[in-house]
Parts: sequence; structure tokens; C-alpha cells
Amino acid sequence: MRFERYGIGIAKGMALTLKHLFRRPITTQYPEERLVTSRRIRGNELVWDKEKCTGCATCAKSCPQGTIQIVTSVSAEENKYVVEKFEVDTGYCIFCGLCVEACPYEALFMGYAYERAKYRRGELILSKEGLLESDERKPSGYARPKIEVTLPRQTLLLDRDKVRK
Amino acid sequence: MTVFDPGFSPSSGYGQTLPPDWPGGFWLHWGVFVVIILVFVLAMVMGFIYLERRGIGRFQVRLGPNRVGPFGVLQPVADAIKVLLKEDIIPAKGDKWVHWLAPVVAFVPVVMLFAVVPFQDGALLADLNIGILYVVAISSISVVGIFMAGWGSNNKFSLLGAMRTVAQEVSYEIPLVLSILGVVLIAGSLSLNDIVKVQSIPFILLQPLGFLVYFIGACAEINRTPFDLLEADSEIVAGFHTEYSGMKFALFYLVEYAEALAISAIITTLFLGGWRGPVLPPFLWFLIKVVGVFFLIFWIRSTIPRVRVDQLMAFAWKCLLPLALINLLITGVEVLVLPEALPWTIIFVNLAIMAVLIALWSKFFQLGGGRVEV
Amino acid sequence: MALKTEPFVVNIGPAHPSTHGVFRMRTTLDGEVIVDMEPVFGYLHRGIEKLAEERTYTGVIPLTDRLDYLASMSNNLAYVLAVEKLAEIPVPGRAEYLRVIMAELQRIASHLIAVGAFLNDCGAFMTPILYMLREREKILDLFEMVSGQRLTYNYMRVGGVSQDVPEEFIPALGKFVKVMPGFIDEYDQLLAENEILLARAKGVGILPKELAINISASGPVLRASGVKWDIRKADPYSIYDRFEFDIPTGTVGDCYDRYRVRIQEMRQSVRILKQALEQLPQGEVRSDVPHLLRPPVGEVYGHIEAPKGELGFCLVSDNSIAPYRFHIRAPSLINLTALRDMIVGWKVADAIIIFGSIDICMGEVDR
Repeated sequence: MRFERYGIGIAKGMALTLKHLFRRPITTQYPEERLVTSRRIRGNELVWDKEKCTGCATCAKSCPQGTIQIVTSVSAEENKYVVEKFEVDTGYCIFCGLCVEACPYEALFMGYAYERAKYRRGELILSKEGLLESDERKPSGYARPKIEVTLPRQTLLLDRDKVRK
Repeated sequence: MTVFDPGFSPSSGYGQTLPPDWPGGFWLHWGVFVVIILVFVLAMVMGFIYLERRGIGRFQVRLGPNRVGPFGVLQPVADAIKVLLKEDIIPAKGDKWVHWLAPVVAFVPVVMLFAVVPFQDGALLADLNIGILYVVAISSISVVGIFMAGWGSNNKFSLLGAMRTVAQEVSYEIPLVLSILGVVLIAGSLSLNDIVKVQSIPFILLQPLGFLVYFIGACAEINRTPFDLLEADSEIVAGFHTEYSGMKFALFYLVEYAEALAISAIITTLFLGGWRGPVLPPFLWFLIKVVGVFFLIFWIRSTIPRVRVDQLMAFAWKCLLPLALINLLITGVEVLVLPEALPWTIIFVNLAIMAVLIALWSKFFQLGGGRVEV
Repeated sequence: MALKTEPFVVNIGPAHPSTHGVFRMRTTLDGEVIVDMEPVFGYLHRGIEKLAEERTYTGVIPLTDRLDYLASMSNNLAYVLAVEKLAEIPVPGRAEYLRVIMAELQRIASHLIAVGAFLNDCGAFMTPILYMLREREKILDLFEMVSGQRLTYNYMRVGGVSQDVPEEFIPALGKFVKVMPGFIDEYDQLLAENEILLARAKGVGILPKELAINISASGPVLRASGVKWDIRKADPYSIYDRFEFDIPTGTVGDCYDRYRVRIQEMRQSVRILKQALEQLPQGEVRSDVPHLLRPPVGEVYGHIEAPKGELGFCLVSDNSIAPYRFHIRAPSLINLTALRDMIVGWKVADAIIIFGSIDICMGEVDR
């Protein structure tokens, strides 16, 4: 336990800290400025497309937690399932995206927004009308390449660095 | 039976010499300067709190507080209001009077220190002819306040922490005083006003080793990183102020920054030339130098890790004390033997000796113990 | 006359001031010196091994994310490799390269937090950890671009990765690889030669070589004690035999060596990333695996070099859609068994530093 470098180590560290004094801080003043999130963000909600859904329940089978509940009945005239109940408990969901990947008809999307906190736990359980797409509930591009190309690019912290030769 | 006659009385102003252009009597001078000192201390402490938080934020590539008021200037005010509104908790089994008195005993000496610091030529509360001795004596009293805080809390970890702090502060006083003596030898007087008037060349050049020893000792006195074992959050205790809340905690917090302000003021006066400077009014130069020293203090805080407690004590006794003694010896030799030598010779000789000493000490001294066999 | 003292027991309790999760050390102190230590953990036990028996093989992957939550990609990779070894599923070439890229990026991110937290415990008031978190943000941005989340990625699948990388990933990764060595040099400049750090961390908490091998330590803890053992070279998995990289080792096995080994490993990871970027082929990223996978009956142990050590998955299958038994060999837990021998004899402040230098994550220790 000796001082081996005669105080030069401390001086080098302090020079580096001084250099940082003149760099632009990397803080983003939320909520006035928000960064653009990734196009494939697995945001805090699920978005359901009622027209394309056939009630096959592949999503419910692939969910590891079992949060999706589907009840269908048979409609003999149109020769398809009628989806009577499609309920997602967003409080129990872990937003892994396995259901979105599994859907063969591209009827389920992950949400794009991430500020979806609610005041009551009961409001987290969403069913048929609450899951539809709207202006506040946009779908994200996770496992949906057609939607991914329409979304804006992500802001990267790397863009601020300059590459020195 | 003789009545003890001190030779001065209230009507003659206790033998104080006022500056020749001062309008009123002694008590007006006293009153004005008490107000100036109190306002200065409180305003500058608030300014220091703000500066430190913004400054450390910028060192760490982030912004500091910037929401309260324009550029976050009212942040210390918000802190003060928050602290005032908190509940004042007193431990049930602790010693109530000691617990109540401790912040007062810790805070009052720090404010009293400013009585002898010259803001301008002759502009100080009391131009004592034993100025530096007064400073050293008064600053030892706040150590007692810290120990009272640890004792009155009825918490064995607070007591341990307080004892550690007392050991630290007492050990670092000795190199501090010895390095001040070097300055006194060159200046030839103990009065702070005279020390500033003599500094045509700032003493930091004439006494580099003294400055270094005083700076490190002062950082240890005020419990700042790298010596802030008490505020460390990797310790299992929160130090002597665990059991304090509300206004008493605010007083301890103020004590920390007021001591930093006091140390900066003393360093400016002793080593950097006080209020001397070319163009601007002297009071402004004083402020600039004080803020500069404080910048150095919190720049060190944001960079360097903490030392361990046995390394701390070893550093004081094995490193700083011998260096301070050798500095005193060399200064004494220079003052006696070379009183008419050119200042530049002395500067170079001192710098060379400092470099050699630091190199020697770094190579040969071992700090702190190792592993203990159990 | 000798002072009569008696040792007293102190809890360095579950709510740590340092950053390593809920871990309790019951230390017996004699003055300031530690004479005995008993670790108590289990505060974060979530029953992951039992939960996995009720999910399909693909549904277990989000669970493995949450083991060592600071290095999710590595956990996913280890599990997926074990399943592929059991069921003998081939992986396409591009997927292998993408896996290596993600694993090495994850290694850099995990070591950044490990080093930053260690320096923070030494007392450097958050400056080093904030600098390192800035670099970690850049890596997390890349991960968010690929998988959509910043902490639990759920990116690897049995037979490849879940989706291909978007087109802006490759230029961004190229830029990252160019700027990162400059930042690692900055960290060295900040605190590598600092006298106070040397005084506090050199010679402190020595783990001797024989003890490290006997308790089956792994990862940077083992390499800092002088043993040159890295699973990427000793038992190569995936395509690591195609890359050129060194294995940094220490000499003494103290805290300072562990810190240096992690910094050197970050540099080697950047080297692997450069080579992987050059050699990346085109192709598909996921081979055709049935959704409800039924591997043949058997038992397999698949292991990788995770950032914290050797992470292994022991998988027993009985030809059904869920694993029959699923055991995790967590590197943090095994490394933690050496803690008592490393800490005894040092002071309380050293205990915090030594504990920080092993770099554990309680999600793994308790599972």
C-alpha cells in the first residue's frame, strides 16, 4: 500500500473531469423533450384488429403467462368463428411479444406508446373495444415489417459522438 | 487590594484601532460588520450549495438542478423550506440538552471565524493582532459540537462515527497549524490584515509545500472527500447526524458548507493574496478567489475515491506532519539566513524541495495496515 | 493492562446502500475488523426453475431473461444452446453471427455496470458510474433497435434469433465499435492509476489460485487469480473458434486485478465485434422449428461464458412440450461461496469493496 505514482494519477483523473465540464450534458428534459423510441418497441399495450382475427387462439396458446382469454362461438352461416370475448389482462402481461409473433393472420400488434399507467387496477384489463386501434393506440412494428417501415427512426445517443481517425 | 485594571473599557472601544476614515464610533463599526458577516455567510453558503450541485452535475455529464426558479437558482431555498417543515425527532433515551446544544456548538464557532477575515484593507470586524491564533483556537470548538452530537443520539454507531471524526479532526489540526506558522514566519505578524498587506507576491509561490499541506489538512478538517468517511454511504452508519432531522439537521448541513466557505476564505487570505488584485474592486477579488478555491474543493470531490480510516490516520501522522515540520524548518532557515535574497530564488528553491520531498515520501512510506490475522 | 473487548454481530442488511441487490451479511466484528461472516440470501427467490416446468420451450425464454437481468442476451443464449444441443437443431449462419454480436455487446454492457458499481463503492461519488452508464445507454439503444426493449430482450429463439436486424443497425454498430476504445481509454485515465484507489484495492481481498479452482469459481473472478480458463476457448460453443481474441488474466487475485481484468475484457469484446461485423453473411435468421417443440428424451448440460462466469443450464426432457426439469448453474452463487474467505481479517469498508468486486446479480443467486 504505497503511493506509487507521486500524485500524477490523481492529476490525470482531475484533468479528465475538467474536460467533461465543457461537454454538452446528455440529459433529456422529459416531459418537454422526448426521444423517439425504437420502431419495434414492445410498448405497454396490445392492439387488436377485429376484422382479421379469426378466433384461432394461437396467441392464447403461445402466451407463457396465460393472460389472453378468448371465447368463441360457431356461426354456421358465415362458416367462421365469432369472437365473443377477447380479453387481455395488461397487468399480468410481461410484454414478451410471443403472441404477436405467433399470430398467423397479423391481427395482433404490440403498442407503440409507453406512458400507459392507469389509476385503478381494474382499468388494466382490456377487452374487445378497448383493444382496437385508434389515434392514441398506435401499433408498433414488432414482428410486423409492413408497419415498421412507416414509423420514424429512433434517436440514438451514438449520433452525438464524433469518430476520430 | 488592587482592582484588576485591564487598561481598556467599553467607552474606549476596548482598545481597538478603527480605520481612520470610519465615520461612527466603535459600536457602529461592530454592528455594521456583524450584519455584513451574517449576510455574507448565509448568502454565500446558499450560493455554494447551488454551485456545487450544478458544478458536480456538469462534471458528471449531466445537468444539475434546474427546475426550481430560473436555472435552478432557488434550489437551496426549496431545500431550506423542506427542512424547516420536517418533524423534529429527539431520541427518547438520549441526553436531551446535549442533543439540543450540539448543532449550536458546531455552528457558532464557524460564523465567529469570519470576524478576523479581511474583506478589504482594514474592513474586518476586529483587527486582532493575534488573528491566526484566534482562527486556530475557534475552529477547534466545532469538533466538540460533533462529539456532542454523537453522544446525545443514544446510538452506538453514531458514537463510533463521532469518535472517528474527532480523531480525524484532531490529528489533522497539527500539520495545519504548522503550515500556518510558515506563512507567519515570512509575514512577520499574526494579524490577518497584515499578512495580506505583505503579500506583494502571493504566498502560494513562496510556500508551495505549506499550501499543499494546509489544503489537504483543511479538506480533512471539514470532512470532504477524499476524507468523508462520515458521509460515506458505504459505511454501515450515517455518521453523527443520523438522529437529527428538521432544523438541527439543516444546521449541520450549513456547518459543512460554512466550514468550506471559512476554509476557502482563510486560504485566500493566507496564500492567495486576499483582496489584492489589479483592476477590480478588492471585495470582488476576494469573492473570485474564494469561489476559485471552492471550485477546487468540489472538483476533487467529484473525482477521487475515499480513503479508509486507518489510511487516513497514517496519512496525517506519517506524511503530513513530517512534511509540515520540514517546511517550517526550511522557512525558518530562509528567513534567518537569506532575508535579502531575491524572491525568485526562494520560489525555485522551495518548489524543488517540495518536489523532492513528495517523491521521497511517495516511494518510502506505507499507509495503513493490511489484513489482520484472525 | 489489556482492554477487554468482545465481538458483536452486525447485519450489513438486505437493504444495501451499495448497488447489488438484496443480500444480507451477518458479520461478527471485533472493533473494526471482521472475524466471521455468514451470508444470508433468498430474498429474491421467485421459483423460476419450477415455473419453467409449466411453460413451453419457447415460453421459457422470457423467464430466462429475468435471471441475470443485467445480461439478458447471455441468459437467452445459454438456454437456447442447451435446447438445440438436446434436440439437435441446426442454426443458420447469419443467426450464429448475430448471436455472437449480441453476446459480446451484452458482455460490454454488463462489465460497464460492474466496474462502475465497484468504483462507486470505493467512494468516487458517482462520477465513474455515470460515465459508464452513458456508454451503456448507447448499447441499450442498439438493443432497443433490434428487439424492442431495453432490459428483457427475449431475442433468441430455438433455432436462431427472432427477427433480423433493421438496416440502420449495422452502420450504428460500426460507429460504436470505432468510438468505444476511446471511451475505455478515458476510464483508464480517470481512475486506473489513482493512488487512493491503488491504496484501497491492491492487495485487498485476495482469492488464492487453489481456492478459486476448488470452489469452481469462473469468469473474471477466476481469471484474475491467475487461471487462464475461458469457455469460449476451452470448450468453444457457437462459432467462437472463428474469432481471434486474447484472454486477459491477473496475477494476484485481489480487487484491483478483477477490476483490470474486466476492463481488458471489454477491449477484447470490441475486437471480436469488429471481426464479426466484417464476416457477417446474408441469409435467413431462423430455422424451421415447430412451435410446440418436443425434444427426444434425454438430459443435456449446455454452458456459455456469461459476463459473470460460467452460466449453465441442465435440461431434462421427457418428450413433452414443457421441460421436465430445468436447473440453472448460476455463476454469481458459486463465486459467492468464496466471500467468507476473502473478507475475514479486513475492515468493514473493505468488505463492501470486496463484495462489489465479485460482481453478483441477485436475480441469479436466488433465481
